[in-house]
Amino acid sequence: MSPRVNLAEARAGDALPEVSETIERLDLVRYAGASGDFNPIHWSDEIARAVGLPGVIAHGMYSMGVATRMITAWAGDPAAIRRLKVRFSNMIEPGQTLTAKGEVAEADGGRVLVRFHAEDEKGEKVLSKGEAELEL
Amino acid sequence: MPLNQALVGKAYPAVSYEVGREKLREFAIAVGETDPIYHDEAAARAAGHPDLPAVPTFAVVLSLRAGQVVYGDPDLGLDYSRVVHGEQEFVYHRPIRAGDRLLASGKVAAAEAKGRHELLTLETDITTESGEAVCTVRATLLSRGTAPPREGRA
Repeated sequence: MSPRVNLAEARAGDALPEVSETIERLDLVRYAGASGDFNPIHWSDEIARAVGLPGVIAHGMYSMGVATRMITAWAGDPAAIRRLKVRFSNMIEPGQTLTAKGEVAEADGGRVLVRFHAEDEKGEKVLSKGEAELEL
Repeated sequence: MPLNQALVGKAYPAVSYEVGREKLREFAIAVGETDPIYHDEAAARAAGHPDLPAVPTFAVVLSLRAGQVVYGDPDLGLDYSRVVHGEQEFVYHRPIRAGDRLLASGKVAAAEAKGRHELLTLETDITTESGEAVCTVRATLLSRGTAPPREGRA
């Protein structure tokens, strides 16, 4: 179970390779089925508009799932991930591109704290205050 | 209607969940995770996992099941149509894996007014049937416009 980065050699300031995904309505339908979250604001424009949204929006947890790919790809081993946290700051709609960005905030002998966020193409934060704690 | 503060700390009955390989693959595909360790048993074993591991955010599936028990409690007074997801946190003790037989029990960890809104924190403890700790999930929901009026408070 060797991680793709050696966490013992990670240094504060190291940037993680970014992950981007252009969100399609199909992605939200697929995520609804896989997760069991069938809230209609994620697949029905009519219902989304009735509650004051511009149209369907992505599940917050879909965005968190995409952003977490940045952490898993960097760490390699899911067993190294001890804690994950995000705040949902803004909605993102189909047709927009979500980009996750993060860097090592603290590194101490195999324990690493990554701070990350995810933004849309205008730079608006969709996920903020992201934290991932990893340990060898 | 404001949330019922008396339910803070209340633990609800656990729901059971058997983790299947195809469900893990389906979820990994849904978040776009293509690493073979989440799809191919041989790749997972070669990486040291006893079976397919779940992608980290899969634990939300169990949290949603446990949450349905809590949100469905008429005493809580939650109107789900007013709810927006505020924060999400996962604390992992070990990865969820195919073949796991898990229990997920929800509790109301906090309910507090914030301006006109209320914040509800649902905490879900995920363990194996034999009691091994697997994951703790905290979801903070914002209930829009349900806080009691200020003059009504002591």
